[in-house]
Amino acid sequence: MEAAVNNQLVSIEKPEIVAPPDWQPVIIGILCNWCSYAGSDLTGTSRIQYPPNIRIIRVPCSSRVDPWFLIKSLQTTADGVLVSGCHPGDCHYISGNYYARRRFLVTKKLLHFTGFHENRIQFSWVSAAEGPKFAKVVAKVTEDIKKLGPLHLYKKENFEK
Amino acid sequence: MARVGVFVCFCGANIADFVDVPAVVEEAKRIREVKFAIHYKYMCSDPGQQQIRDAIVQHRLTSIVVAACSPRMHEKTFRKALSDAGMNPYLLEVANIREHSSWVHQKDKKAATEKAADLVRMAVAKSIANEQLHEISVPVTKRALVIGGGIAGIQAALDIADARIPVVLVEKSPSIGGKMAQLDETFPTLDCSQCILTPKMVDVASHPYIELIPYSEVIELDGFVGNYKAKIRKKASYVNFKTCTGCGACWQKCPVKVPNEYNMGLDKRKAIYTPFPQAVPNKPVIDATHCTMLLKGKCGICSKVCEKGSIDYTMKDEIIEREIGAVVVATGYDLWDPKPYEEYGVGRFKDIITSLEFERMVSANGPTNGVPVRPSDGKVPKNVVFIKCIGSRDEAKGIEYCSKICCMYTTKHTILLHHKVPGSHSYVFYMDIRAAGKGYEEFVKKAQVDTAATYLRGRVSKIYKKGDKLMVRGEDAQIGQVVEVEADMVVLATAVIPNKDNPDLARLLGVSYDKYGYMSEAHPKLRPVETAKAGIFLAGCTQAPKDIPDTVSQASACAAKVCGLFSGDTMKKDPMISTVNNEYCSGCQNCVKVCPYGAIVTEEVPMGHGSKEMRTVAKINEGVCQGCGSCVAICRSMAITLAGFTDPQIINEIVSI
Repeated sequence: MEAAVNNQLVSIEKPEIVAPPDWQPVIIGILCNWCSYAGSDLTGTSRIQYPPNIRIIRVPCSSRVDPWFLIKSLQTTADGVLVSGCHPGDCHYISGNYYARRRFLVTKKLLHFTGFHENRIQFSWVSAAEGPKFAKVVAKVTEDIKKLGPLHLYKKENFEK
Repeated sequence: MARVGVFVCFCGANIADFVDVPAVVEEAKRIREVKFAIHYKYMCSDPGQQQIRDAIVQHRLTSIVVAACSPRMHEKTFRKALSDAGMNPYLLEVANIREHSSWVHQKDKKAATEKAADLVRMAVAKSIANEQLHEISVPVTKRALVIGGGIAGIQAALDIADARIPVVLVEKSPSIGGKMAQLDETFPTLDCSQCILTPKMVDVASHPYIELIPYSEVIELDGFVGNYKAKIRKKASYVNFKTCTGCGACWQKCPVKVPNEYNMGLDKRKAIYTPFPQAVPNKPVIDATHCTMLLKGKCGICSKVCEKGSIDYTMKDEIIEREIGAVVVATGYDLWDPKPYEEYGVGRFKDIITSLEFERMVSANGPTNGVPVRPSDGKVPKNVVFIKCIGSRDEAKGIEYCSKICCMYTTKHTILLHHKVPGSHSYVFYMDIRAAGKGYEEFVKKAQVDTAATYLRGRVSKIYKKGDKLMVRGEDAQIGQVVEVEADMVVLATAVIPNKDNPDLARLLGVSYDKYGYMSEAHPKLRPVETAKAGIFLAGCTQAPKDIPDTVSQASACAAKVCGLFSGDTMKKDPMISTVNNEYCSGCQNCVKVCPYGAIVTEEVPMGHGSKEMRTVAKINEGVCQGCGSCVAICRSMAITLAGFTDPQIINEIVSI
């Protein structure tokens, strides 16, 4: 089953689309309020530099992240998504990050099946004390997404309401 | 249509040096919903906040975006500015352009400016979907539950009760007092432990605001901060405490003898007993595991001699309930069993005893009337070897941590031996002498001079018998030689370990505990008495090994926290919690399973308007919900909304970049 899925998937991400030379990926970072968002603040307070491609969204807990958000991000504005929560066992809400981890694994399979490259969405644990780690994670994710190139699935639509 | 105001901060040079702030403002003005956008040097300053307040009124704004530092920094400040202008404070969004842009992209002003503009656009988009929210008031039951009646529980109960807050003090054993009641004198001042403790015990029993429930255990805790409900099992004492006068006729006549726990099994008590003469309450209980009347139906002497007729062999365990608002856990410690030290002959040689056994021997109310004696032959020992760190700081046999109190009480024991047995000599095998505390180092130094005890730095490798003496072989690391000491008695300073019931109790309370079984504080430095569960506090050795002064301080700190919690009739709670839309809820109850707080229950509602058919839907207890959002993401029918982080808010952020 898995092999069959893997054989079919390749199609949607079109390698022939060549990124323009000044292309920069847009990455959405969905961070939990208590660990990763605090960690990203610490990165700022410590003036640790990282690539400017990430746009951060704050949620109370990584378990709040609906797979819909990830798919919607890739459909509309983002070339990649990073979800980050507390370390296993350290969740501010006791067990939220375990739910997030399980849900994320399933989402990854779904994306895989629909033809996205699985590195388009990534998951990490960053605690409130790990400013340098957050910078490293962002650099790594940015590099991965750059390698994958722009996501020309849907035309980016401007926000309207 | 939404009318958004955008306020971009320079933060002095912090933002302005690396982000083109005027360009961000221009970019914000291009958004259709933005009706007003300005920048200012310090938005958080009073003139900065005044500009927000003025703009809200002048431009009839419906939501506000402040682009400045992290919301974790000044969100509260700006929310207050909104309420001052008569606007709902939750219509504010903060775009974090300092920590997330200017400070982390200092080499690329263009990219940092673009990112800042994006962050503002996202915040504007989110703020359009913001709703007016109101803080939730939760009623508070002003009664505290203290679990454990040792010195920690006693101190916490007295301090809370002195603030005229009712306290329920639950103690497992028949009397309060705990381990401190077993001590003879206390370091570093050599106060008599009983003399300073027993008045406090009496205060607890006579305090109008304390309900003392001895010989009982907490078996269930439901609810949430301010509104807990505790179930307490009162063990059957077989004695009617209301009529019993504590005269003592029953235990004098009782024929059954049982090893006495209070004296570490060094003597016997009866099957009907009070743990010790100064017990509070001073009423006996029958030990059902040894009483022949209860076991075989033969005897009944205590009932015959009791003039008041207080003995009731048919008494059963009783479950009582108390509504409470906060819990102080003070379950204390146990001592490590030194059996793994086989090379010392623990268990084989009777004259190897533990420190607490020694403490009981030298106590005036102890089994030997205050004189240490050898358990093997009853002789008074002259040469006594004290070995520290038995089980502590020993990963191989015991535990890694330092038990903190052994250095000090061993020093105290050398003094007590010196006082009680003329011509005696102490030998102390130690790894380090840890005497950090007020007056502690001076105490150790003085004791070393006064007692002339021999301190040997090193571990003992073997103890063997020679005649009726014990030969203690160890290393004196300071001279680098193996030494042998001929001892009459050996005293082991065994490690402090958490109360064996701690893990069970922690699970029952919903509090986390560490690998040893100590309950975990919310923050090791800044929140040392609180647990991660609101309204549950830790005092004494429940949290980690500590001495009496530290325990009492922590107990008083718990009392201050409880009093703070009860200072109002209601508690304010963040309104960012989940709610269920009954119309959409299919009753699958997936949310019930993922809620880490048990905040979601089910209720029956009519199928339709006026219908008699019922269906099940989820219901969230707003007092318990902490707003994590697990239930929102798992809800298949999208019936649950988390205020402040709704789907439209987050999706708006995503699509607006």
